Amino acid sequence: MIDRTGETRADIDAIYRVESRRVLATLIRLLGDFDAAEEALHDAFMAALDRWPAEGIPDNPRAWLVSTGRFKAIDRLRRRARFDAWSDAIADRLEAAPASTADAETGGEDAVEDDRLRLIFTCCHPALTPDARIALTLREVCGLETEQIARAFLVPAPTLAQRIVRAKGKIRDAKIPYQVPSRDELPDRLDAVLHVIYLVFNEGYSATSGDSVVRVDLAGEAIRLGRLLVELLPEPEAIGLLALMLLHDARRAARTSASGELVLLDEQDRSLWNVEQIHEGAALVERALHSRRFGPYTLQAAIAAVHAEAPTAAATNWRHIVALYDVLMRVEPTPVVELNRAAAVAMRDGPEAGLLLIDAILARGDLADYHLAHSARADLCRRLGRTADALASYERALALTAQGPERRFLERRIATLQDQKLSPRSKKEGT
Amino acid sequence: MFGVTEREDTVKYLCLIYDDESKWGTMPQAEAEAMMGEYFAFTEGIKKSGHYLGGEALKPTQTASTVRVRSGKISTTDGPFAETKEQLGGYYLIDAKDLNDAIQVAAKIPSARIGSVEVRPIQSFD
Repeated sequence: MIDRTGETRADIDAIYRVESRRVLATLIRLLGDFDAAEEALHDAFMAALDRWPAEGIPDNPRAWLVSTGRFKAIDRLRRRARFDAWSDAIADRLEAAPASTADAETGGEDAVEDDRLRLIFTCCHPALTPDARIALTLREVCGLETEQIARAFLVPAPTLAQRIVRAKGKIRDAKIPYQVPSRDELPDRLDAVLHVIYLVFNEGYSATSGDSVVRVDLAGEAIRLGRLLVELLPEPEAIGLLALMLLHDARRAARTSASGELVLLDEQDRSLWNVEQIHEGAALVERALHSRRFGPYTLQAAIAAVHAEAPTAAATNWRHIVALYDVLMRVEPTPVVELNRAAAVAMRDGPEAGLLLIDAILARGDLADYHLAHSARADLCRRLGRTADALASYERALALTAQGPERRFLERRIATLQDQKLSPRSKKEGT
Repeated sequence: MFGVTEREDTVKYLCLIYDDESKWGTMPQAEAEAMMGEYFAFTEGIKKSGHYLGGEALKPTQTASTVRVRSGKISTTDGPFAETKEQLGGYYLIDAKDLNDAIQVAAKIPSARIGSVEVRPIQSFD
């Protein structure tokens, strides 16, 4: 007899990777509780490891796992029921679960996908704090370990675990329902989900502090989440956000040099850009724009697409980019958008025009503590040959950021400018 | 818990209405009357939908007294528990399917547009 244990083990691992989040999402609905569902998921896979090597893998592993998990949960409640009558009552109700439940258990692809969407909307419920939404989504929807999430966000693991416990407590106590929001609630609720995905992506894309070597690939997780959401709920802004992430991420290899230093967009080696991802992103932008119900994510993605499709930095269509920023300013009139627009105007009309706009933003007191505002200002002053102003703004930017590569980039700029001050003949850089 | 185990159950929520009470004093009379009309219509609405359990408006915070008992001794001070920019001005006690349902009701309270409504589930001890 051939020993198939090792083979089955590998198959079970593969099934775990593909199915565990789906099984969990359905178990949460069936059991009505996150913690019970996690225990049940664990029990179900333990049972699979125990039985599948001998009995073979069932035809529908997902359905097997869901129903085994559910029975295991009922078992646990029965055992607990010896001490408390309440658990017994719940076990009774679970066993007498209505027919629709059993349908979803055994087949119904739609029902399973609905459960995944329910899980996303529940984890991203606006009644939870943004921090808790991110932690819960990465834990429950992406299946990351608490320690991995803690490390990714540079918070102590117990703090993060506490955040998740509190969020689950609020879901239970305030009775946040496990459901996909109704049509009229959807726009607001979808915004909350998109915001969580965007924050995860940004954290991965530009780590707020420290070096990023040992951290999980948050940008990759965010893109996976974005794909899942588009698959389950192809709303224009969900498509726009996925496009935005793909387009930014396509430049990942070119954003840092071999020694880990930051490389700005205009100095990046465009041959390192991921062409396939750019095509996919650009096609998604088109799709979202065609809906005519697009919003800020789609517009930002459209801007990223213009950058990504320029063969060289000099060939960038700044006119088009400024026009897109004008529209973006109408949907989302924030100081950061205004700053980015100013930088684009500087490229279209020259540094003087951009500097005027940035100084106006800073004069209002907006963005006074935002390091990118000061480094943008510094860059324009540098290009105008106003070395002292440039130095002052780079110093201000440096004082405001803790991120390793970002700091080193600013320090290099400062060093270059100081050299130029000493030898004034090379004052104007030939860029 | 949500889902199967409490499918038929509803939850009681207290909707605490906070707004800047000085606004009511400075509001033109027509506007104040319109607001009162909206409150009347809202209350009727949630009575019809079955959400309503109770609700009252409160007199302004200058009428409030705060009571504490320390070492068996009653101490009473003038004014509300905390001085805040928005003050507790009234409440509704509602019966809702879940938090989403409660949020939908709270969003229709007229003061939600000018102030805030805190939604808290009621603790039951049975």
